[in-house]
Amino acid sequence: MEPAEIASIAQHSGGAIGVAWLMIALPLVGAAVLLLGGRRTDKFGHLLGVLMAVASFVVGALVFVQLLGFAPGERRRGVTLFEFIPGLVDNVGLLVDPLSISFCLLITGVGSLIHIYSIGYMAHDPARRRFFAYLNLFVAAMLLLVLADNYLILFVGWEGVGLASYLLIGFWQHKPSAATAAKKAFIVNRVGDVGLLIAMFTIFATFHSLTFSGVLDRTGDASQGTLTAIGLLLLVGACGKSAQLPLQAWLLDAMEGPTPVSALIHAATMVTAGVYLIVRSGPIFEGTGTAQLVVTIVGVATLLAGAIIGTAKDDIKKALAGSTMSQIGYMVLAAGVGPAGYAFAIAHLITHGFFKANLFLGAGSVMHAMNDEVDMRKYGGLRTVMPITFATFLIGYLAIIGFPLLSGYFTKDGIIETAMEHSAVLGWLAVLGAGITGFYMSRLVFMTFFGKKRWDAKAHPHESPAVMTWPLILLSIGSIGLGAFLILGNRFMIFLSPAVGAPAHSPAFNPFSVPGLATLALVAVGAVFAWMRYGAAEVPATAPRGSFLTTFARRDLYGDALNEALFMRPGQWLTRLAVFFDNRGVDGLVNGLAAFIGGTSGRVRRIQTGFVRSYALSIFVGAAVLVGAWFVVGNL
Amino acid sequence: MGESITFWVLAVVSVTAALGLVFSRRAVYSALMLGVVMISLAVLYAVQDAPFLAVVQIIVYTGAVMMLFLFVLMLVGVDSSDSLVETIKGQRFWAIVAGIGFAVLLGLGIGNVLLTAPKGLAGVTAAGNVPSLAEQIFTRHVFAFEVTSALLITAALGAMVLAHRERTESKPTQKQLSRARFLAFGKTGKNPAPLPGPGTYARHNSIDMPALLPDGAVSPLSVNRIIARHEAIEGTIDPEIARILQEEALAEQQAADTRPTKPLDDELGDTEPLADTEPLVEEDAK
Amino acid sequence: MTTHYLVLSALLFAIGGVGVLVRRNAIVVFMCVELMLNACNLAFVTFARQNGSLDGQVIAFFVMIVAAAEVVIGLAIIVTIFRTRRSASVDDASLLKH
Repeated sequence: MEPAEIASIAQHSGGAIGVAWLMIALPLVGAAVLLLGGRRTDKFGHLLGVLMAVASFVVGALVFVQLLGFAPGERRRGVTLFEFIPGLVDNVGLLVDPLSISFCLLITGVGSLIHIYSIGYMAHDPARRRFFAYLNLFVAAMLLLVLADNYLILFVGWEGVGLASYLLIGFWQHKPSAATAAKKAFIVNRVGDVGLLIAMFTIFATFHSLTFSGVLDRTGDASQGTLTAIGLLLLVGACGKSAQLPLQAWLLDAMEGPTPVSALIHAATMVTAGVYLIVRSGPIFEGTGTAQLVVTIVGVATLLAGAIIGTAKDDIKKALAGSTMSQIGYMVLAAGVGPAGYAFAIAHLITHGFFKANLFLGAGSVMHAMNDEVDMRKYGGLRTVMPITFATFLIGYLAIIGFPLLSGYFTKDGIIETAMEHSAVLGWLAVLGAGITGFYMSRLVFMTFFGKKRWDAKAHPHESPAVMTWPLILLSIGSIGLGAFLILGNRFMIFLSPAVGAPAHSPAFNPFSVPGLATLALVAVGAVFAWMRYGAAEVPATAPRGSFLTTFARRDLYGDALNEALFMRPGQWLTRLAVFFDNRGVDGLVNGLAAFIGGTSGRVRRIQTGFVRSYALSIFVGAAVLVGAWFVVGNL
Repeated sequence: MGESITFWVLAVVSVTAALGLVFSRRAVYSALMLGVVMISLAVLYAVQDAPFLAVVQIIVYTGAVMMLFLFVLMLVGVDSSDSLVETIKGQRFWAIVAGIGFAVLLGLGIGNVLLTAPKGLAGVTAAGNVPSLAEQIFTRHVFAFEVTSALLITAALGAMVLAHRERTESKPTQKQLSRARFLAFGKTGKNPAPLPGPGTYARHNSIDMPALLPDGAVSPLSVNRIIARHEAIEGTIDPEIARILQEEALAEQQAADTRPTKPLDDELGDTEPLADTEPLVEEDAK
Repeated sequence: MTTHYLVLSALLFAIGGVGVLVRRNAIVVFMCVELMLNACNLAFVTFARQNGSLDGQVIAFFVMIVAAAEVVIGLAIIVTIFRTRRSASVDDASLLKH
């Protein structure tokens, strides 16, 4: 296969692609109707939300089919919408290409399933309509992010995602922990946004344009240093959204939101935005080895950190959140490798979207059955009472640990192989990460579904309703087959190449490579170890104190403590200093001035004796001085 | 030469009088000193070819204005004398410094200006000083002159408004006054009869002599207090009258009457009852 | 000779000014003001002769008229104040400081 250049963008206005904006508009209208309609829409609100999400998916599917009808080199279609800010972006338009449409299908497809699932999950929540409004808003913002053809509109979607995530994580805002978590997510995201904003400023200053076509085709014009700066700043933005080190702190707390939200954030939207940004800005990163190196280091560090955190968490959702961090780390690692890794990054992103949504929704189903209990130490032996949830969860589990022939096996293996080609150290660290994944995911499954029943007498676990299990079944089908479909024969790489370019030589899938086998072996070791500790052995109801390492992992690798020490405390000191300065300095100056004038006035006032003779004296002295002045001047 | 002598004499007189005006304790003396200054100036005007102004100065200032001053002094209290102790800190010192500074500077300024010999008014007063001045006033300055008439009328009206006092209750009739006198007699034993005229039953029909009562005793009521004071100072007072007055003063002190007693004209004394020991024109009128 | 008249005028004016500042009796203060006006008049008359023009005398005449009007009003005010405050001292009327 030839090393393909990124294809140029053809303007398009017909067919489904011409109305691609409907993908964004439909959920947006849904959100607007549900939010503005108020309680009148309570009765059908959830149905409208699902309808809009599914309709958006249908439009996406039609666009995808139409796109497949073009020759591979013509599969980048621009849709101009309206003029906006001449000189900055000139025209607001959508870019429909293999990359964006892949995201669209993932977002709307998995998003629709999560919508449907939420009907059942949120059935008893009085604010269900509002929940669906936010879900629709989330999907619309994410679609705007991936469909934008310039950084400015991408940023609008980017902020929209931040807003929607804030609203959804803090959906149960009556819980202080949820409100705090929402704020934390919002603020940490703002840190990333600052990076993205400065990146945009730099891009505009360098290329005088913010459109993808105006920037990415001309990366050769910029100096190496500029590109590195832009790349690192974009990486900061990506870290914020994708919960990569060092901006990972918000992700674990984001579990305070309802479980479908976690699924949406972790699987289909939000955290994938960072990967999208890196892949979309590929030419910038390819122009600078330094930025790429940093991206890969961040990816590997995060994938290990997430995995380690996952091993120690007893909260089922937080364990899954750690796994998300870890898997996104894989994607970022692949994205940092360059064109060779893009396809694997996106493919893993898509399969991860399916099995992670599967796992989260499965976890939600378990929690639903267990009266919202999240502590895995109080589960145990659930496989018999929740057979469908167990079966689908098991498929998701096998997919994520890379069990042969399931989705995760192909995509993760691809990433490891690519990383190994790029740098042996990164590759082996990725292999190690996969082994840890095998351990903590097995631990999760064994503690939840195997072993003895440890739940309270009050809990009456039961299988979830069909509206919740069907999405699980559909997602597990994706978890099984999608990886093989995308990777075998480099199908996805070829599809994606017009958008992101292709590597010099296309990799052949080799099931018996050394890293692949090593991965499998390590995963098996991890799983067996987990079985010994959590499957066969008794699981204590309260967590044992554990070693220093366990505490380290339980505390999220002291990420929060680090943030507090590095930013929060100095920030508070700075605030106190500012308050002190304001009270003493600014107020002191103002009050002092006022007191000075008041005091002086009080003293000057005494000149006003009220005695007319005093006034007359001053007049007379003035007259004498005038005469003197006249005398002096006259003699000059 | 004659002018020089006149000037020097009058200059010394007027400056001395002006200083006297400023530094005399009694207002009446000040007024008289002012009169001296004004007359001196009138003469200086006459010397300087301004006979009309000299006459006007005499008539208007020395005649009308000075009389007005003296009249007001009479109203306010002719024998009141100012304390010359300064109450405002530094006022006197700075006033004198400023005054001397002013005079010196102005004098130096004037002395520095080289003046030619005066042109004299012979050229412009060919028809005589008064007709020439009249011509000026009624031709060139006629508007200003008319305005001054308005000013004077306004001033007259203003003075009337300021001096006028609304009576808030009807004037007491003779009957009411008489009743009040006898009520006072009932309460305090104060004699309701009119005061005796001076010199009644006396050998001298003079105002400085006390009246004698039918029993030959001296009537203290008939003694003019101001004259008695003068006589006490001069030592010519009748010892009997002095004794009576002393007794009266003691009685007054014992009565502990703390009300301020200022010599007041009836026109001004609106609140204070008049001391009945003083001879009153009003009583006689009744 | 003119200079002598003018110096005399200045001297009288300064004495009048000091009197205004030093004396407390309102009537005496008023007299001092009159003295100052008279000093001015002397200067006017002197300049009239110096410059050979009657204007100075005309102005002196007007000054006299104004002074007369001023005395009328001023004394009426003094009488009014005396009537209410029982005092002719200018220091007693010092309410303006409050």
